[in-house]
Amino acid sequence: MPKARRRWTRLLRRKRRPGSGLEPRPVIRRLQWARRVSQVFFLGLFTYLLLETGFRGSFAATDERVRVALPVEGFLFADPFVSLMTVLSTGEVYRGLLWSLGLIALTLVFGRLFCGWICPFGTLHHFFAWVFPNRYVKGSRRIEQNKTHARRQRIKYYLLYAFLGAALSGSAIGGLFDPICIAVRALGLALLPTVQLVTHSATDAAANTNVRAVQTTSDAVADFMATSVWQSRQVYFHETWFIGTLLVAVLFMNRFIPRFWCRVLCPLGALLGLFSRFALFGMEKDHAKCTDCNLCLVHCQGSDSPQGGVKWRQDECHMCLNCEVACPEDVIKFRFLPGWRSRVDRPDTGRRTAMAAAAAGVVGIPLLRAADVIDVNYHDRVIRPPGSVEEKAFLERCIRCAECMKVCPNNAIHPAFFEAGVEGVWTPIVIPRIGYCEHSCVLCGDVCPTGAIQKITEEQKMGIDRDPIRIGTAFYDRGRCLPWAMATPCIVCEEFCPTSPKAIWVEETDVPKREQRPRAAGEEPPLTTVHVQRPHVDPELCIGCGACEKVCPVQDDPAVYVTNVGESRSKTNVILLENTGYNQG
Amino acid sequence: MDETVSRRQACGRIVRAGGAIGAAAALGGALWDRGGPNRTEDGARAQTRDFRLRDRRLDRPDLAIAKQASDDPAQLTRAAIDALGGMSRFISRGDVVTVKPNIGWDRTPVHAANTNPRVVAELVRLAFDAGAKTVTVTDASCNEPNRCFQRSGIWKAAYDVGADVIIPAEHRFRGMRLGGEVLDDWPIYRPLVEADKVINVPVAKHHNLAKFTAAMKNWYGLLGGRRNRLHQNIDTSIADLATFMQPTLTVVDATRVLLRNGPQGGNIADAKDIGVVIATVDQVAADAYACQFVGVKREDLPYVKMGHERGLGTMFWERLHHVEV
Repeated sequence: MPKARRRWTRLLRRKRRPGSGLEPRPVIRRLQWARRVSQVFFLGLFTYLLLETGFRGSFAATDERVRVALPVEGFLFADPFVSLMTVLSTGEVYRGLLWSLGLIALTLVFGRLFCGWICPFGTLHHFFAWVFPNRYVKGSRRIEQNKTHARRQRIKYYLLYAFLGAALSGSAIGGLFDPICIAVRALGLALLPTVQLVTHSATDAAANTNVRAVQTTSDAVADFMATSVWQSRQVYFHETWFIGTLLVAVLFMNRFIPRFWCRVLCPLGALLGLFSRFALFGMEKDHAKCTDCNLCLVHCQGSDSPQGGVKWRQDECHMCLNCEVACPEDVIKFRFLPGWRSRVDRPDTGRRTAMAAAAAGVVGIPLLRAADVIDVNYHDRVIRPPGSVEEKAFLERCIRCAECMKVCPNNAIHPAFFEAGVEGVWTPIVIPRIGYCEHSCVLCGDVCPTGAIQKITEEQKMGIDRDPIRIGTAFYDRGRCLPWAMATPCIVCEEFCPTSPKAIWVEETDVPKREQRPRAAGEEPPLTTVHVQRPHVDPELCIGCGACEKVCPVQDDPAVYVTNVGESRSKTNVILLENTGYNQG
Repeated sequence: MDETVSRRQACGRIVRAGGAIGAAAALGGALWDRGGPNRTEDGARAQTRDFRLRDRRLDRPDLAIAKQASDDPAQLTRAAIDALGGMSRFISRGDVVTVKPNIGWDRTPVHAANTNPRVVAELVRLAFDAGAKTVTVTDASCNEPNRCFQRSGIWKAAYDVGADVIIPAEHRFRGMRLGGEVLDDWPIYRPLVEADKVINVPVAKHHNLAKFTAAMKNWYGLLGGRRNRLHQNIDTSIADLATFMQPTLTVVDATRVLLRNGPQGGNIADAKDIGVVIATVDQVAADAYACQFVGVKREDLPYVKMGHERGLGTMFWERLHHVEV
């Protein structure tokens, strides 16, 4: 071995290996590094795609059709939990979800390689489990934490069965627990806007220093962030504090149980665990050589019993290869077509409990729907994004992945809290007061991985030579509207109404108004006549985009607002007889 | 329990406790807000921006109307500027120039809701030819700015001829005193006011509230914040903005004019090809002339009258030295 190479390996080796001090195979050490590189790469890729989930425009393009250039929803396409749920609920595989077969194939060859090498959420947990342990969790405490805890680790399988059961009942609610969905939701809707706020206050403070150099630097930083990291405006998301708090909580659990999420809760990990029993690649142990040093357990990620004397839990293993690298006694060997004598290949769940969990999912959805929010007392502000399918079909497909919310250039789409019922938590709704639906924009359907929001064209949405897609209808509150109630000219709503002819039309009229000039105390102000344009909504033309609501100058509670009645996706949620869906068959 | 504290320890503790109390009191005193009536800043002067040429040349026209030269927006623009005496009359070597088109709406050029990109690009080219150091093209849009800039075609057109195109991000706005009748303290879009020369390039179009808008109304693009309140007194607001901001040159794009459903249109049939570009040093005259294209009389535009009365320009454009080419 050349001298330089020896020094390099010595640097990698932190201290003398205990026990027999046998070195791990070089290939395993290299694979361990390959895993680390892969984790960083995929986390980076995920973050990059997340930041690219939006529209920033370009000097190079004059395209009238704006689409997202990159497959930003790629991680979700590869997610077999998402595709299995939607297959169970809708009976079909939507668009790119066929890619998830690739991940299943990978699992059939290598086991839960995805969890240890690819999953961006898993990598976050891996990282926090590495930096979080306090000084008391070392040696034996750490070993105890990493021993297989059957009762705890079963939970994820029950969750999986329950969510698949729920999918059978027609709800893709399992998206609440899908790790990719959580990563997009928590990082995109909670973390990123928070970082943006903090950065804004920092650059604002720098800009107010009146030191020229500081100001130029802060401008340059703000410019870069606005054009490359986020968009030109601060984004806000409805009740997103809860999503952020859950993220912090689940990351903090790594202090007590390393990779708590992956071991205990992750239904995608459980699904891959079910497939991993067929894996061609796996672990072989030479129990006789084991000295019970437990070094493998110190570094174990999946808590899958790598140590000698017990059977390896294949369905729990993340294929991180730490155990073989740590083993100084040559007990652990990862190889293709290993002997299967010393493994447990299937989850440690009782059949009855498993069936009970699935049944709970099947029954749970009707239970949620028997509450009065979907069929009979539908919330008027649950405005679904344009191109959304009818509500029942929507719930069959929507995995709450938040891609549509992240991509919306106007910050119009938000995670519902309880507006759409418990089942509808974090499904997308348009909140026009925060952002309206841009007339010619179809990006939300472009990135929806499951078809809850269909891919539509500009012509379909704007209704060129056909009916436009409506997401609701606007209404005036005449008690608050300036021309109606206060004899003051306004009609900003009419100006912003994007349809042609405009759905908002005005009635020209002269109305009495008190004169506003200085007068003696107690004197009744005289009346004068002013000319105003009073706005009306034409329900035939209104598409419910909410531009009027967004720009209404009545600041606190706008005088014009949109509710979901008249949405094209529903046959029943209509006002006008001629628009009744039954007419169109 | 029976612990004796030495005199030294006791003194030490008393000194430390006293120090902490003293420090807290000093800090509290320093930060104490006594409340009471706020001092008002009545003395603050309006920070108006006047970019007009200082020396008015009587031998050169102040208003040029290009209509016969060509069908091509770029050639019309060049003809109009040439008729005024060329861009070098307005722009000197080394100037930092800002060009302010209307990029308000997420519409394509055929809808005529934004300034024609070829008019904008031609002005950028002329400004560089006249020796401008940098030319910035920007506007504070109504719709989502990235969409407006891209789909209006202005982003690419201006970038291709070397302009800096700035997207209106929040940090670009700074509070300023406009000192107007209804507009005073507003967030102002800095790239438009931090320049040596400013060229206003509005598009002439219909507007349901103001009836017709072009040059003066284009300064709505200066404002950040919630500018939707301006409509309650739209004419005075427009006049206030035009008082605050007086450009070096105004070029009105009337190559294609939106006749109804203004200001954003949306239907190709709403717009009509007129084939006119107006270049002038007088923004009031620009509006007074261009309003005829949507069939509005200048007397019926209160903001034009106000501009005239305030001495920002003249609504009687025929009194200016003008040429038609």
